[in-house]
Amino acid sequence: MTSPLEQKKIKVTGPVVVTANRTGDGAVIYRHAEGWTTDLAEAAIVTDGAGAQRLMAGAAADDLGAIGAYVAPVKLLPGGHVRPGNLRELIRLGGPTITLPVAAAKVLEKNPA
Amino acid sequence: MYIYDAFDRTLVNERVAEFRDQVTRRLSGELSEEEFKPLRLMNGVYLQLHAYMLRTAIPYGTLSSEQLRMLAHVARKYDRDYGHFTTRQNIQYHWIKLAELPDAMADLASVGMHGMQTSGNCVRNITTDQWAGAAPDEIEDPRIWAELIRQHVTLHPEFSFMPRKFKIAVGTSAHDRAALRIHDLGLQMHRNAAGETGFEVMVGGGLGRTPFLAQTIKPFLDKRDVLSYVEAVLRIYNQFGRRDNIYKARIKILVHELGPEAFAKEVEAEWANIKDGALAIDDAIVGDIAGRFVYPRYEQLSDNPAQFVAARKADRHFDAWVANSVANHKVPGYAIVTLSLKPEGGTPGDATAEQMDAIADLADRYSFSEIRVGHEQNLVLPHVAQRDLPALWRALAPLGLALPNVNSIVDIISCPGLDYCSLANARSIPIAQEISKRFANLDLQRDLGRLHINISGCINACGHHHVGHIGILGVEKNGEEFYQITLGGKADEHAKLGDLIGPAVPYGQVADVVEDIASAYLELRARPDEIFIETLKRTGIEPFRERVYATR
Amino acid sequence: MPLVENGKVVEDRYVRVAADAPIPDGVPVIVPAARFLAEADALVARDGLLGVLWPNNKRIAELKPWLGHLALIALDFPKFRDGRAYSQARLLREQYGFNGTLRATGDVLRDQFGFLVRAGFDSFEVKKPADAAAFAKSVARYSVVYQPGADGRLPALRRRLQSAGAADVSEDA
Repeated sequence: MTSPLEQKKIKVTGPVVVTANRTGDGAVIYRHAEGWTTDLAEAAIVTDGAGAQRLMAGAAADDLGAIGAYVAPVKLLPGGHVRPGNLRELIRLGGPTITLPVAAAKVLEKNPA
Repeated sequence: MYIYDAFDRTLVNERVAEFRDQVTRRLSGELSEEEFKPLRLMNGVYLQLHAYMLRTAIPYGTLSSEQLRMLAHVARKYDRDYGHFTTRQNIQYHWIKLAELPDAMADLASVGMHGMQTSGNCVRNITTDQWAGAAPDEIEDPRIWAELIRQHVTLHPEFSFMPRKFKIAVGTSAHDRAALRIHDLGLQMHRNAAGETGFEVMVGGGLGRTPFLAQTIKPFLDKRDVLSYVEAVLRIYNQFGRRDNIYKARIKILVHELGPEAFAKEVEAEWANIKDGALAIDDAIVGDIAGRFVYPRYEQLSDNPAQFVAARKADRHFDAWVANSVANHKVPGYAIVTLSLKPEGGTPGDATAEQMDAIADLADRYSFSEIRVGHEQNLVLPHVAQRDLPALWRALAPLGLALPNVNSIVDIISCPGLDYCSLANARSIPIAQEISKRFANLDLQRDLGRLHINISGCINACGHHHVGHIGILGVEKNGEEFYQITLGGKADEHAKLGDLIGPAVPYGQVADVVEDIASAYLELRARPDEIFIETLKRTGIEPFRERVYATR
Repeated sequence: MPLVENGKVVEDRYVRVAADAPIPDGVPVIVPAARFLAEADALVARDGLLGVLWPNNKRIAELKPWLGHLALIALDFPKFRDGRAYSQARLLREQYGFNGTLRATGDVLRDQFGFLVRAGFDSFEVKKPADAAAFAKSVARYSVVYQPGADGRLPALRRRLQSAGAADVSEDA
């Protein structure tokens, strides 16, 4: 796997964050100046390749805390709110788009076939 | 079912201890992720979108009730109260924490279960027919051979770092219920003119970016030579499979690039050196493995006992379920029962911990404590006395496990897709759910007959879309989810890859397209009992293509 | 890179000779494959133990004519995930009868020691000192193995038959 530091300049065409999964439990995390957060609102947002490269360097150095770091798009809304920039990131942050089976089974209990 | 002995249990426990040590070293920083990743993969631990995923092996799809209860326990203790049964007869948990994995694995090991080699560039779970040992049309129980091979390839010192994964399937019925021809290695048992049994060896099947059906490289292999022949195939693959490009690394590419004859020649040359050595199988070895397969103490019963027949006449719902979900057993008076894990609007193949516990209880009561997992993502109770079918059905129905939709248009095979999987380009489960709702009417399902839909969320094809009667492949176009539709695939002994019918359609239209295809089928079929795949063969895809794209 | 043999860290007596460097007298040497093949007669006639470093993408059968003259064969793991040398090792040990030193070089890590030993390696250029120190513990990890290897360990299949009092089973490779 190529170290992000050795990759060619990262091309950035809009606001992005660096995201990864936490080593211990696989939770979705976002890079900020001091480390990682699970809250997208606290993530460091950059808008150019150099900024993304800096964030990736920090992320890659933390092999213990985070795995699989990459650059992900975000949308900036009026009022300063940040949202995931594509469907995959929406699902990573918000969870599966489907009802998990436990909830379905509980419905069945109340309404037997 | 196979009973682990002290040797088997010791190995699993030692594996757990080794993995616990590896996790400790990972979490302390002694092991980098790059070094740790292949190690965790060889224990079935993936990283997915939201969390780690644990894929627990269910060798050749056979479970005891004790083991199923443990799967429920793991779902409760370490996950979110449910599990997902896969197209390779395994179970997946989607919310696992790495730090808790050693404990989860220790729990599984206490009933002889593990995640060994459910991922990684090694030999994966060896699959077979979920009716093995019960099917009337099998030559002998394929699971004995699957177990023999499973042991041979487990923690194999030479074949743990191959170019890529390696999937083996074994079958002993003329009707292939294990999709042998889409495996890297398929072993099909035959009886020759002299009445001897042996295996047809097929190599190089696989779906994904470059789908291939397996080619026969040896029409009849003596049973005693199975291990040495498998060893020879793996040795050729390990040495000469491509390692320069992950998308060209499966054995199917090697077979294709060398040509099957040249490939077979390499295998035969290597095999000649080892066939009479330590891997030759004698009767003592087969007897030893077979001896640890426990079979039910069947009673002497007759088919169609009076109460069962009366119940069918009295209750048309029960009758419909029997007609759909119950199959003939090799032993008179018994039956093979399929439990549909395809509830209306549900996720194909998911089961809650509560359902798993309930099924385990029913297995104890009605199926000699044995359960099977099918690659179609349904469960099976393989040894049910026909006289117990009414009681079993009454117990299954409130659990949501008795929908008579097996092999119907709503018996959908689907990968987890973008809702869970980091490889996916598009979602698959919501597509399955919507189709399931559109065709919820049981009469419509019955009228449409056998119709297999397979859905994959990406080209890796874990949903086996290439071999679906209707195949649906999710792709991404400009940030939107689109779906390619193929028709005419088959996974059995007449295996065939489906044909693309036209440009990909957007997410919101897929269920409409399936409705169009179903309508076209109803109009085009020659008789009500001409099933979809037969109609398609007769008409070709053109009339279906026209119908789908007339308004798109 | 510590060298592990017989379960402990040892000094390497062999000198790795580059493709174009002069070959020292009277010391054990390891020569790269291409050079070995080009100068085989001279190397074999030389006084001193002879070793060859063989790449993992070259058929090991090419070495067969020379095995009697080789004290050491070094096989390569460019990345630990590249497992071609395991096959080369087993062929050397179990089919060609090589009895000299079989050395694992390259990306040789702790979690592969058990497999390496079973494949027939008995000399290990270990990447990390901490791994070298853990060698003995690592290879003792599994008391049960399922398949025959180059190390002669009895697979579980055979052990079961023995303990069941079955007919004498021989361990021919």
